Amino acid sequence: MSKLKLATVWLDGCSGCHMSILDMDERLLAIAEVVDIVYSPIVDTKDYPDAVDIALVEGAVASVDDERKIRKIRAHTKLLVAMGDCAITGNVPSMRNPIGPQAILDRAYIENASAQPQIPCVVVPQLLRVVRPIHEFVKVDVFLPGCPPSADTFHAALTALATGVPLDIPALTRFGA
Amino acid sequence: MNDAVEVKTLIIDEQEVSARRGQTILEVARENGIQIPTLCSLDGLSSVGACRMCLVEIKGSNKLLPACVATVYEGMEVTTNSERLQKYRRNILELLFAERNHICSVCVSNGHCELQTLGQQHGLTHVRLPYRNPDLHVDASHERFTVDHNRCVLCTRCVRVCAEIEGAHIWDVKGRGIDSIVITDLNQPWGESACTRCGKCVQVCPTGALFDKSKVGADHPKYPDFLPFLNMMREAQ
Amino acid sequence: MNIEELEQIAESVRLENSRYDFEVNVCMDLACMSQGSDRLRDELVKAAEASGKKVLVRRTGCMGPCSSGPLVRVDPEETLYHHVKAGDAEAIVSSLGGDPVPALQCDLNEHFDKQVRVVLENAGHIDPEKIDDYIARDGYKALLTALTEMTPNGVVHRITESGLRGRGGGGYPTGLKWGTVAKAGGDLKYVVCNGDEGDPGAFMDRSVMEGDPHRIIEGMAIAAYGVGASKGFIYVRAEYPIAVSRLTTALREARRRGLLGNGICGTTFNFDVEIRLGAGAFVCGEETALLASIEGRRGTPRPRPPYPAVSGLWGKPTLINNVETYANVAPIVRNGGKWFFNMGSERSKGTKVFALTGRITHTGLIEVPLGIKLWEIIDVIGGGVPGGHTLKAVQTGGPSGGCIPAEMLGLGVSYDALMAAGSIMGSGGMIVMDDTSCMVNVARFFIEFCMTESCGKCIPCRAGTAQMYTLLTRICEGQGTMDDLDLLVELCDTVKNASLCGLGQTAPNPVLSTLKYFRNEYIEHIVHKRCPAGVCNIQAPVEVLA
Ligand SMILES: Cc1cc2nc3c(=O)[nH]c(=O)nc-3n(C[C@H](O)[C@H](O)[C@H](O)COP(=O)(O)O)c2cc1C
Ligand code: SF4
Ligand code: SF4
Ligand code: FES
Ligand code: FES
Repeated sequence: MSKLKLATVWLDGCSGCHMSILDMDERLLAIAEVVDIVYSPIVDTKDYPDAVDIALVEGAVASVDDERKIRKIRAHTKLLVAMGDCAITGNVPSMRNPIGPQAILDRAYIENASAQPQIPCVVVPQLLRVVRPIHEFVKVDVFLPGCPPSADTFHAALTALATGVPLDIPALTRFGA
Repeated sequence: MNDAVEVKTLIIDEQEVSARRGQTILEVARENGIQIPTLCSLDGLSSVGACRMCLVEIKGSNKLLPACVATVYEGMEVTTNSERLQKYRRNILELLFAERNHICSVCVSNGHCELQTLGQQHGLTHVRLPYRNPDLHVDASHERFTVDHNRCVLCTRCVRVCAEIEGAHIWDVKGRGIDSIVITDLNQPWGESACTRCGKCVQVCPTGALFDKSKVGADHPKYPDFLPFLNMMREAQ
Repeated sequence: MNIEELEQIAESVRLENSRYDFEVNVCMDLACMSQGSDRLRDELVKAAEASGKKVLVRRTGCMGPCSSGPLVRVDPEETLYHHVKAGDAEAIVSSLGGDPVPALQCDLNEHFDKQVRVVLENAGHIDPEKIDDYIARDGYKALLTALTEMTPNGVVHRITESGLRGRGGGGYPTGLKWGTVAKAGGDLKYVVCNGDEGDPGAFMDRSVMEGDPHRIIEGMAIAAYGVGASKGFIYVRAEYPIAVSRLTTALREARRRGLLGNGICGTTFNFDVEIRLGAGAFVCGEETALLASIEGRRGTPRPRPPYPAVSGLWGKPTLINNVETYANVAPIVRNGGKWFFNMGSERSKGTKVFALTGRITHTGLIEVPLGIKLWEIIDVIGGGVPGGHTLKAVQTGGPSGGCIPAEMLGLGVSYDALMAAGSIMGSGGMIVMDDTSCMVNVARFFIEFCMTESCGKCIPCRAGTAQMYTLLTRICEGQGTMDDLDLLVELCDTVKNASLCGLGQTAPNPVLSTLKYFRNEYIEHIVHKRCPAGVCNIQAPVEVLA
């Protein structure tokens, strides 16, 4: 049996979910027996591959760039997993929603800048008016809440997804876990 | 009235149970180990039937009744956990999570929150409804406590405990519909209100909306169980 | 006061009126007044004085076809004039005794012929501020008959026998409700009149309160006698200042005549009424919220049971009925339960007042026997849809009701038939819509109303209506998906079944009924990004980001 192609994606999140994946420690070796990581912040691939079996997406959709990415990912992925609260609820990134993006940009680039206060217009992608969970943009197949979901949760979930056994997510994790 | 009439027999989830006249379905269910989810109701406070989590089906009626308010009658047949009821409860929880800005990961009540627990118990892994993201404030004017409206579910437990148990009636609800909000005094900052600083509201608040400042960032479990005992002691006097 | 004295008053009014050769009745209710009927009346009085003719100029309550106002009716000829200006006063007065003024004459025979007036029997015929005018038209006869010739049980029985059902929206059998309150124990009971009338576009109750206030007081007094109450409250919204002032006058007059107070009509029956003002919250029309508001608390509903009939105002048994329900009481007592029972359809007896509005020729107030076909109301009484447009739907029941499509105009108007069609009778709003209405937008309008009027106590209604509004807005703006539609339907189910009070329980009706009959309009918005009626402003679809 060929290995499953696994991608992990980092949108607007703190990378905590990825850290938690790494916290699986030696159990990663067992996971690596059944999956190939074809795209991830921790591997050196620039473009999202054409046919991915499982994608774990961390982070909310906060910018036009995020939106473009998530649509592309959905188009090329069999099973899309929203990983962590940011991807599922918007979580901390969405705390700017009541006040809007301009207030955030002003605070970061103008009020707190010591030299040459200006809001960048290149490189930094344009922010969306509201930060939203990924399922508001594309269909999501599996939701793994938690901030971040624990390494145990990842282990149980990935094992189940890779082997096709049923997965009882509420028994493993919850919002904020 | 003779004693026989005072005792009612009824069926809850196919289990035959007996009850005293005037007992609520919720009380009787709990006495018999049948769990009905609740949010606004709290042992020791009056019941308002507001959150609708405890709705149950009564055979022969197409109206759902709140178990925390509805009293038993002879021969009543109650179903507490049908698929339909579960769907309504999940919907109610989704509505609550989407209504305000409940960011569990950065909440003092994370891990001790009744809303969060109910969500998990009802298998909620995500909210399908659009988040409303209202712009709500945090009132930290009180020297000991804070109210964070982002996390309030409008259960009115604070209003009731303050009026019914503490007798101060500092809390009330202002506004209508989706704009409802709990206020202190006549919408003065909490710190400037006539609050007696007893802290009962903090203990009964099911979420992280009311919290003790000394617990910020720390584990903040709440202990509402004092209420029935307090009432018992008062009645004994 | 006794029956003979009542007769004497009636006689003296008749005598007084017979001194005049002509009666010129001027509608001075809101719609006509807003078009200057008060100035018109002054001019008529002046012209009458100058002419030397024996003319009685009388201000009256709403005559019905408000869109034709200001209205003037000349009796005894019953000539009806429409769109009368103050400047027409002279012409009208000088025509008296000769030919009518052709330019002002209107033919509304068809409009009136199909109507049966019970509740509105005095509308347009009496001066609402004159108790003697009311007495001259058999007013307070029913009360005195009840007090002197009937037992309280007999009164309740007569109402039961009539088949009258509550006109406030629920359609609960009135006799049954009275019987429950009558049987409830305790020496202190209340009767309450619900004059909150919060439905957008409804003004039936206002017209009765303004045009014939004594009818309500008499109905309440009879009810109080029947159920054993001694104190009454009329709850009126403060936005109805004319109703409040007419009712205040009426109460004062009734007290003066000994028709309210202690030992009414020489019996041991004591009864008086107080007015309580509402602050204009739709939910305060819901009975438990209304009672909380009268008690001075925040107007939020509470779960029932216990029903007000068992535990109402300050925990006492309380009878609460709608304005129009009380307005039916006196004629029923006067003419007998059978008389009323013989009007109407099988399970909906008597007549119903509707406020006909929207895309229809004659808007205004109508009273029809129940069971009447919808097309008779729209095409005959209402004069059809104007401007070459075609009828699309009729909305009944206000924000709690639904839309009935044009294909179903054969429907007989009754509580059960409207319910079966996915709408409700409600309190009597009837909005006619033509092909220029977008049904998704209509649903959104009513959900917005419910959202802003929700009291906020229970979650399904408070947050559910807000979410439904968001989803409907998305659909109207062409941003909706089929998933959104499924979610909307699921929310409708939850809000309908899980909400605490009638507001939430009926809020989804406009969505459900438009989805039932006009689903294609939703699909057009979602799939083809098109509003068939051209109402919604749908932007060209945003290019999907690659
Ligand atoms: C949201 C809501 C608003 C209501 N508004 C009114 C109203 O404005 N007038 C009224 O008479 N009944 C209204 N009702 C119905 C009352 O609760 C009550 O059923 C009625 O006053 C009883 O009188 P009836 O039996 O004569 O109809 C409303 C009900 C609900 C749920
Ligand atoms: S502050 Fe807490 S106790 Fe008070 S209404 Fe909100 S959630 Fe309930
Ligand atoms: S259904 Fe609406 S109006 Fe009625 S109690 Fe609930 S929130 Fe209030
Ligand atoms: S617990 Fe019964 S309605 Fe909230
Ligand atoms: S207000 Fe004059 S006819 Fe209605």
